[in-house]
Formats: sequence, C-alpha cells, structure tokens
Amino acid sequence: MNFEGYRRPKGKAGVRNHVLVIPSVVCSQGAAEAITRNVKGAVYLANVFGCAQVGEDREQTKRTLVGFGTNPNVFAILVVGNGCENLPAKEVAEAIAPSGKRVEFIEIQEVGGTKKTIAKGKRIIREMLADAAALHREPIPLSEMILATECGGSDYTSGLASNPALGAASDYLIEAGGTVILSETTELIGAEHLLARRARTPEIGKKVLDLIAWWEREAIATGQDIRGANPAPGNLAGGITTIEEKSLGCIYKGGTKTLEEVIPYGFPPTRKGLILMNTPGHDIDQLTGMMAGGAQIAVFTTGRGTPTGSPIAPVIKITGNGETYRKMKDNIDLNVNRILEGKESVKEAGKTVFNEMVAVASGKLTKAEKLGQRDFCIFKIGLNF
Amino acid sequence: MAGKSKAIIINERDNVATALVPLEAGSLVSVEIQGRKEKIKLLSSIPVGHKFALQEVAQGGNVIKYGEPIGQTTAPVRRGEHVHIHNVVSHRGRKEVGDEFRGIP
Repeated sequence: MNFEGYRRPKGKAGVRNHVLVIPSVVCSQGAAEAITRNVKGAVYLANVFGCAQVGEDREQTKRTLVGFGTNPNVFAILVVGNGCENLPAKEVAEAIAPSGKRVEFIEIQEVGGTKKTIAKGKRIIREMLADAAALHREPIPLSEMILATECGGSDYTSGLASNPALGAASDYLIEAGGTVILSETTELIGAEHLLARRARTPEIGKKVLDLIAWWEREAIATGQDIRGANPAPGNLAGGITTIEEKSLGCIYKGGTKTLEEVIPYGFPPTRKGLILMNTPGHDIDQLTGMMAGGAQIAVFTTGRGTPTGSPIAPVIKITGNGETYRKMKDNIDLNVNRILEGKESVKEAGKTVFNEMVAVASGKLTKAEKLGQRDFCIFKIGLNF
Repeated sequence: MAGKSKAIIINERDNVATALVPLEAGSLVSVEIQGRKEKIKLLSSIPVGHKFALQEVAQGGNVIKYGEPIGQTTAPVRRGEHVHIHNVVSHRGRKEVGDEFRGIP
C-alpha cells in the first residue's frame, strides 16, 4: 500500500515539502520568524536554546535542530545564527548537508543587522521555494512511513476509545511494513512490565525497566512529588486517579506488536516496527523529539482537547470524548466516540484512523495545519550556563 | 464494547467500574462481573469517567483497572463507593516511599 509523498535526494520520502528556517540560537529566532512571516511554504522553529549550553544539552539541541533539517518533510533549509553562540549556524548547516538537500546559513553579525539579515534570508528562501514548487508527489510505500504517536489532555475516554483506536492503526501500519514510535517514558510508569514483556530481546525489555527506574529516581532527586505534575489537574478531573492508571490507558496507542528497539531522544530508529523513544511526558518535548528522529506524521489522542501542531509535520488529533469534539471542532480531526456508544469496534475505528493517516500523508491538511499551529520545544536536561 | 450500559468494566480482574454517564448516589447500576449480571447500589454520586468499587477493598489493598494495580486504598472502600484521589494513592515516583514499593533494583 502507498501514500503520495515527496522523494528526497538520499532516498527518504516526506509527506510535506517545507522550506525550513532554523535559528541556531534563541538570539536569531526573531529574524528567523520575520524571514518566514507571510511566506507560504516556509516555516521556522521557535528555538529558545543554542547558547550557554554544555555537554548533553548542547548535543541534544544540535541533534534536534539537525534532525528537523534532515526530516524528509523538509525540502531545503536556511540556518540563521547571530554569530557568537556556542552552537554556530555553520555547524548545524554542515551536519544537515549529508542529506543531499540544499542548506545555507547566514549570521546577523556578519550580514550587518536584523533588517539586512531578513532581506537576505527572504531572497534565499524565495529561491528554495521556487525549486520546491517544481517537485511533485509520487507513490511511496507505507513501509517508509514513521508514525509518531502521542496522547495529551487525557481523560477516561483516552484509555477506552482513542488510544485503543490509535493502537489498532499502529498495528495496521506495522503490518504494512512501517514504523511506529511510542514515547513519553514517564507515562509508562505502572505499565512498563507489559511493554517490557513484548520486547524483541530480554536486553531491550531490561532497557525499558531501567529507563522507568531512571525517571523515578530523577523525580525523587528533585525532592518534589511527581503527582504535582502527573497526572495533571485536568487528568484528575477527567477521572484518572494515578500515574499507573494514566499509563495503562496510554500504552494502548502503540498497538500490540513486538517492541523492536529503545532509542534516545531525537535519534532516528534503526529498525522498522514498534520503537520506544525516551522522552518526557511533556507534549511538545516529545513531539519535537519524534520529528527530530525522522517521523513524517503524528497521531495525537486527547480527552480534554489540545491544539498541538508541528512546524514540519501534520498532527492528526483524535478524541473519544464526544463533548470535547463538539466543543473543539476547529482543533480535533476525528471523533471515535462511537466505540463508547457500542456502535463501532476498536478495529473499525482503527481502520478510520489509518485511512485518515494515509489521506493526510498524501496531502489532506489537518486542523492544526489549517490553524498554523507550529509548536517546538527541545527536552532540556540540565542547567544553562 | 460498552453497549448501552452506564458503566464499563475493562478487565475481568478489575475491582472498579468506570461511569460512562453521571450516576446518582443511591441509584442501582447494572454491571456484568465475570459473566454474572449484578446490580450495585451507589453510595456516592459518580461523575462521568470516574470509578466506583465493585467489591469491598481493605485499607492498603490494590485498586485494579485494566487488569493491573493502579494504586492502593488509603481507607477501607465499600462496594458502590466512589474511588478516586480521596481514597487512593500511588506510590510511584515519590520520595517518601521506599524503593521496595517501586520495584527499583
């Protein structure tokens, strides 16, 4: 089975054809935004890091920015720096270059101020956009698709309807040879043994358990109580009592297949099938990590409702809460409430989600794209210095 | 899955059901527990999406949903009682609880 996508120079395939402007540092974010403002087909990243970071944090910021540049939904890239940051624009551009795409970089200090940078940046992206317009969609096998799964604003319907429906869609994609990323490690607490049992090898199973132990230790080391953040107040109001209950509802979205691999934040999967990426439960941190890892599309389940979108990828929003769907129709793409009314099976709803995913991959716009919702946030590990 | 029922039990091991509509204190709710049809009298009002106990749970006992423990009771819970943060606690990710509760090696 195929979707209609864009073939990239080194063989990967995207579902969108964006020209991306990456600020390598927070200081050039304003210029990057101005370069893309009112330019159809161009997007920028709201990066707030890129300076005063060391060690793992600097690497994570670089890996994430580079991962967005190499993501197959991106046609060409302009990196904008200020000039004195410890993550230079040139370094980011050079790391994207092996993808075979056109990538340029400019620096505000070198060009001579913001106005000149905006003018120069606009000239560069206009050329890139003209080239992008000449590329056409072609049939791409679904085995090349990497789906990011996510849930946010969960309530009791998430574990009963939307996550099981997404799980069925995840299974269909894996059966077609594709890849599904499950993330939000903190929201596996209480369900880790079920996922570990499905691991391809005992070592991968142990990795799952070790990751959960690490997150719990980190929570304890802060001297705080994880319950202050998770379950969130809206989860509690929606009937979810504990993190275990939330997690057990949460893991349905990854489906029922073998867990093939556990990967760190922002890294690309090296296998097909079901993958676990280690990310926080923070909605935008995890979405950003999966897109940096090369996911071309996301399906996001919600109970309470959420507006989330990505700068470079379609995010399909589904809910099992009929009232939320009616109240937030401009945000939510699919309603799978019929499962709870007993009018539709989980598998039938899963087929609907799967078909929507293929349609969106082939060009149908999501509600988040129509709204121009472009959330971006890198998972930060330590202190800025 | 749920039919026209007012509450759902997800796994046969569960000792709680989830309300699919708001339920009033004192009302009788029909549920199917391990193949047996039973009526449970609700001791408190249950908001939609919230849980009530299918059987008595002693203080410190496991609350089971999705066939798995989701937390422990902080007081004895009676059949038909609302089960939520006022009488259930999680021990995961919390500093004041020993490692033995968390399964950390």
